[in-house]
Amino acid sequence: MNQPDHPVSDALTSTLAHQVLGKLSEQPGPYFGEFGGRFVPEALVAALDELETEYRKALDDPAFRNELDRLHREYVGRPSPLTEVTRFAQHCGGEAGNRVFLKREDLNHTGSHKINNVLGQALLVKRMGKTRVIAETGAGQHGVATATAAALLDLECVIYMGEEDTKRQALNVARMRLLGATVIPVQIGSRTLKDAINEAFRDWVANVETTHYLLGTVTGPHPFPEMVREFHRIIGEEAREQIQERIGRLPDVLCACVGGGSNALGLFNAFLDDPDVAIFGFEAGGRAISPGEHAARFSGGSPGVLQGTRSYVLQDDDGQTLPTHSISAGLDYPSVGPAHAWLNDMGRATYRPIMDDEAMEAFRLLSHTEGIIPAIESSHALAGAMQVGQELAAAGKRDQVILINLSGRGDKDVATAARWFGLLDDDAQAGSEGDQ
Amino acid sequence: MSTTVTSQSGAMLDATAAAGRAALIGYIPLGTPTPDLAIEAITAMLDAGADAVELGVPYTDPGVDGPVVQRAGEAALAAGTRVRDVVRVVEALKAHAPAAPVLVMSYWNPILRYGVDAFARDLAGAGGAGIITPDLIPDEGRDWIAAADTYGLDRVFLAAPSSTPERLRITAKASRGFVYAASVMGVTGTRATVGAAAERLVADTRAAGADHVCVGLGVSTGEQAAQVGAYADGVIVGSALVKTLQTDRPWTQRLDDLQTLTAELAAGVARSRKDA
Repeated sequence: MNQPDHPVSDALTSTLAHQVLGKLSEQPGPYFGEFGGRFVPEALVAALDELETEYRKALDDPAFRNELDRLHREYVGRPSPLTEVTRFAQHCGGEAGNRVFLKREDLNHTGSHKINNVLGQALLVKRMGKTRVIAETGAGQHGVATATAAALLDLECVIYMGEEDTKRQALNVARMRLLGATVIPVQIGSRTLKDAINEAFRDWVANVETTHYLLGTVTGPHPFPEMVREFHRIIGEEAREQIQERIGRLPDVLCACVGGGSNALGLFNAFLDDPDVAIFGFEAGGRAISPGEHAARFSGGSPGVLQGTRSYVLQDDDGQTLPTHSISAGLDYPSVGPAHAWLNDMGRATYRPIMDDEAMEAFRLLSHTEGIIPAIESSHALAGAMQVGQELAAAGKRDQVILINLSGRGDKDVATAARWFGLLDDDAQAGSEGDQ
Repeated sequence: MSTTVTSQSGAMLDATAAAGRAALIGYIPLGTPTPDLAIEAITAMLDAGADAVELGVPYTDPGVDGPVVQRAGEAALAAGTRVRDVVRVVEALKAHAPAAPVLVMSYWNPILRYGVDAFARDLAGAGGAGIITPDLIPDEGRDWIAAADTYGLDRVFLAAPSSTPERLRITAKASRGFVYAASVMGVTGTRATVGAAAERLVADTRAAGADHVCVGLGVSTGEQAAQVGAYADGVIVGSALVKTLQTDRPWTQRLDDLQTLTAELAAGVARSRKDA
C-alpha cells in the first residue's frame, strides 16, 4: 500500500483535489465529486476528526504498517490466491477464448474480504486507546470479522444486526457469540442492515469516549469511505501483480458485487487509472426492479443523503428510504459508497443489477464446475461476469480476460441454497429450519 | 450570529428573558398521530403554556432519536404523513397562535428531496420560523444557509458536549435564532437527570458567540425544566410530551395529559430564574 501524501485541504472541492492529485485511485475524502461528505450530528464530529487524524498518522507510521502487514500474512493468510477457473469460463464466453480469474478473498481467515478493513481499524482503536468496538452487519461477514479482531486484540465487541438478518444468517450469529461478541438483534424499521447501522450510530453517539464504530464498508461519514478503501486497496494491488505475472498484461474486465461497495472498491482501485480496463459492479436486482423488490441503487435510486454520506439512495418522493430486497443480506442496503456514485456518474465504472435467480444460478454453477462454493453476494459478480463475457463474445471480441473478486465463501449460505434448490430430504428439511 | 434578518425565535427568547424566565419549546412530530390531530395536540400544548413549537418531520432513519420519537415517526409515516403537510400544519398553528414561533425539525434528506430552496420558501410562506437540523452541520449547509438568508428563516444548528471551541464558534456563527445545545451525548429520550455537561456547554456556546442557547435532550419534568431554565434561554422538551400522546387513553384524555405536563413544564421555566 503506497500511502499518498494528503497535501490537499479538505476545504478544496474534490474536483480541484482530483486535478491536483491527478489520480482517481488517490482521491481523498471527504468528497468524491458531488458525493460523500459528513451528514452527521455535531456530537460525532469530534470523534470523526480524531479518527481521521489518527488514521492519517497511522498510515505514515512504519510500525503500524508492519503490524498490519504481519497480521495479513500470518493471521489472514494474505496474499490471497488468484485462481483461474477454466470450466466456469465456458459459461463466460469461453468459446471466444475468454479466460476467467478469481481473486480468492473467500480464502481469507473468517471467509471474506471484510477482515482487511477490520484489522486496520482495530489496530487504530488500540492506538486511540479505546476499549470497545461496535459494528453493524448484514450477512454477518463483517460482524464475524469484527468479533474476530476484537478477540485477537482484547476489545469489548457489540454487533448490531437486523432481526431479519439474524434469522437469515443464524450460523453467523452463533459464530460471533462464540468469538465473545454480544449480538443485538435490531427490531425497528425494516430490521435489516440499514437499521443495524442506525442503532450502531445511536450507540456511538452515547459512548463515543470509549467506543469506536468499526464501520464495515466504504460508506458513512468522512473519513470512512476513504479509510475503508485504503484498508481494502490491497485486494486490487495484489490482484494486479498476480494477473500480470500470470498473463503478462492487465485484465480486460473487472467484476465485483456492490452492496456498500468495499470489496468492489478494493479491487477496482488499483485499476481506476488504467482506462483500458473495463469495470463492472453488480448490485442486487432482487425479485424485480420495482420499489421494495431490489437493492439496485443505480437502477432505481437517485442522489440523496443517508447515514452520513451523500450518494445514490433508494428513496421515495419525500426522501424516505425505500424498503429493499435481496436474497443476499450483504447486498440488501438502500445506499452505496459515495466513490461508486462518483465512478458511476463519470462513467468510469458500470453498475448493473443481477436478479436473485441469476445469482443463485451462478452460485450453483461455480460450485458444480470448480468445487468452490461462493457467497451469494459474490455470486452476483459471477453472474455479471457470465453476462459480460457472453456479450463480449457475441460482439466478436476474443480472448478477453475477466477478473472477478470472489469476496466471500458460501458456507453461511448453504441453508438458503438448500431451500432454493430443494437439496434436502424431507426429514432433513425440518432440521435446517433454525438456520434460515 | 447574523442579525440582518429579524429572527422569530430570537425575538421570542428576548421577550421571555425580559419577563425573567426561560422559554418552553415543545416538540411534537408532524403526523402524530395524523397531521390533523397533530394540529389539535400542538394547539393544546400552546394553550397550556408552551412558547414555541418544534414540529418534527417523520423520517424512516431517525439516527439521533430514541424509541419514543422513533415510534411516533413510524406511526406518522404509516398514517400517510407527507413532508408537504408541514405547510398546512404551520399555517393552522400560526392562525391559532400568531406569536408562537414554529420551527421545523427535520433530518436532511426529506428537505433535500423537497428542494432546499423550495422548502425554505414554502415554510416561510406559511409563517414558519426556521429549521432545526439534527444531521446537518454548518460545514455541509451551504445551500440551506443561503436559502435561510433569502427567506428570513432561523437556522438552528446543534452543539454537543463533545464540540471543541472551534466547532462551537462555527456553529454559533452559522446559527440564527438560537443554538440547540444537546445536554448529553446520546439520542432523544427522557432521562432521570439532565447532565451537568449542559450548563457548561451553554456557557461555552455563549462564549463562542451565540446570542441564545436552548437546551434539549432528556428534560421531562417541571423540576428539570426549572433547573435547565436557570441557565439556558430555552428548554426543549420532546419525548416526554410525545409519550402522553402514545397511550391507549381516549384522544381527549391524551390531550388533557399533554396539557397537564405542558403546564407543569411551563411552571418550571416560570420559576427558573427565581429559584436560582
